[in-house]
Amino acid sequence: MKTVQYTEVKGWPTGYLAIVGVLGALIAVGLGAAYYMEHQGHWVTGMSNQVVWGMPHVFAIFLIVAASGALNVASIGTVFGKAMYKPLARLSGLLALALLAGGLAVLVLDLGRPDRLIVAMTKYNFRSIFAWNIFLYTGFMVIVGVYLWFMMEARMNRYSKTAGYAAFIWRLILTTGTGSIFGFLVARPGYDAAVMAPMFIAMSFSFGLAIFMLVLMASYRWTERPLGDAILGRLKNLLGVFVAATLYFVVLQHLTNLYAAEHHDFERFMLLEGGVYPLLFWGGFVLLGSILPMVLVWHPKFAGSRTVWGVASALVILGGLSQIYVVLIGGQAFPMEMLPGREIISSAFFDGVVAGYSPSLPEFLLGMAGVAIALIMVVFGVKVLRFLPVTLADEAVDPHATAKA
Amino acid sequence: MSKFDEARQDPEDTKPDLARRRFFGTAAAAAAAATMVPGLSILPASARSPAEPVSDERRWGMLVDVNKCAEGCTACVDACHEENGVTHHGRPTTDPYWIRKVKLRDRMTNREYSMPLLCQHCEKPPCVDVCPTGASFRRADGIVLVDKHICIGCRYCMMACPYKARSFIHEPTTDQKPDVPRGKGTVESCTFCVHRVDAGGDQQPACAEACQAEGHEALVFGDLRDPESRLYRLLTEISSRQLREDLALNTGVRYHGI
Repeated sequence: MKTVQYTEVKGWPTGYLAIVGVLGALIAVGLGAAYYMEHQGHWVTGMSNQVVWGMPHVFAIFLIVAASGALNVASIGTVFGKAMYKPLARLSGLLALALLAGGLAVLVLDLGRPDRLIVAMTKYNFRSIFAWNIFLYTGFMVIVGVYLWFMMEARMNRYSKTAGYAAFIWRLILTTGTGSIFGFLVARPGYDAAVMAPMFIAMSFSFGLAIFMLVLMASYRWTERPLGDAILGRLKNLLGVFVAATLYFVVLQHLTNLYAAEHHDFERFMLLEGGVYPLLFWGGFVLLGSILPMVLVWHPKFAGSRTVWGVASALVILGGLSQIYVVLIGGQAFPMEMLPGREIISSAFFDGVVAGYSPSLPEFLLGMAGVAIALIMVVFGVKVLRFLPVTLADEAVDPHATAKA
Repeated sequence: MSKFDEARQDPEDTKPDLARRRFFGTAAAAAAAATMVPGLSILPASARSPAEPVSDERRWGMLVDVNKCAEGCTACVDACHEENGVTHHGRPTTDPYWIRKVKLRDRMTNREYSMPLLCQHCEKPPCVDVCPTGASFRRADGIVLVDKHICIGCRYCMMACPYKARSFIHEPTTDQKPDVPRGKGTVESCTFCVHRVDAGGDQQPACAEACQAEGHEALVFGDLRDPESRLYRLLTEISSRQLREDLALNTGVRYHGI
């Protein structure tokens, strides 16, 4: 295989400055929204004592899950020895770091006391999966940072395989930790399931790759670098497999619940009668976010159409956001049964009824700021460091070669 | 003394304050006696000194007799919120509740009854397990609390609590009670009126006191480990249940008549 040459984005084209400007504005608005919510108190949001995690958490969890998935492209090259993916490894690592940073920023800015972040960094309860996650997230940053350094510094190249293995194992543990935030919640019928961890891993594969494909296509189009169909064809096929894997775990989760009489009410709510939740599940996640993308990436009619692959990726992202919304908000909206066999017919605290939730604008703006933070990090990264190969044309990438270290 | 200090000096202050001197004299004598005479304490007999750690020789708990809980009566809720300075803002979805009344119906028999719901002060509280900073904690005597200094407002405890017993403070707090710190952006719940319990004597949580004052006596507070306590005796005499028994949390609050 030829030596891959990487370069920074040269010059200051207007388009580049425009992207930075738009992302910067989104971040500024999002920070303003966070300040407003923190200053007024959370009553100005759609969140309540019933739905305690809202839109910011949908974005944060989506970005964190996608972060570990975005690293997969690098892992396929380094860990699984697929030479074709190796030139993409740097961008994959950068995107992973950026998405995680964006997600964590949203999570932290939505805390009731964001000023106490130092407390979260210095006081730990190790029975809490949240506390483990603080280590998993910071550890991921360090390991992927080192992995990138080893890949980009010629003297350290020989260690990059070791770092790649470490990053791959770490990312699997990290997503297990994220899924287990819900898996370990014994109280609520929507959570409390070991399948949450592998389901989140499958979702990370799918969402992370979808974002990677869009970022790859956009950066090569805007920097006018050649990007061949060979590599994109591989990626889109893989996306289809990951989407199918996600669907498999989601079906498994619902089938398991449907088998148990105690969960019948919950499933009826989530799949049929819960209003926005079944709509987002069937329409958003299953149809638009899973089945349609699989058709778009695999149907021979669309072979070679990048626009279609781009649309498929965007649909996977929208379906992913829908799925996280359904899991997160739907799981809270459904009332907890405190006394089996009895129904709560009145309560001042909304017991026994489906909790309402309407996301407020500030919540949405904060979430979008997280996306913008992730993207601006990528935009800045490819500008100042050598993340992007000069060419990914078909003749430059050899799908049949085997990676050497 | 500078001119500035002279200007601030109240002429009255220069006179010896005899009453103050007498007070300090008495206090010094009392302190000396307390130090020298073992067992002598100026606190009520059953109170714990603030320096003394809480022990697990006691476990505070409560029995709710649903048969005695009057429908429509909110004396416990009102008393709790008055005692702890829990204020509402006319926004039902975000207003905090440390204790609330719910009305239930048996799905098969259609029997209806009302009862209060509050923090169940579990032996194995999920809120404590999930709290990343350890702000949610359980005292050795069974009272589950939130350390308001290290709660970061992540609300994971609210996700974890099977009883929806916790509230997030959604707005700035004013006119707080000295014994009950509250703060915007943190989570709170029933403390079993820990400030009263720690003061010792016969003090009980405000809800139980109010229920008694109303003549219902549906709430009996006491030490689950003291065979002499009324709570313990009642629990040995009548049947009681935990909410969400399936979770095996060994709650400190038990219900009779459900």
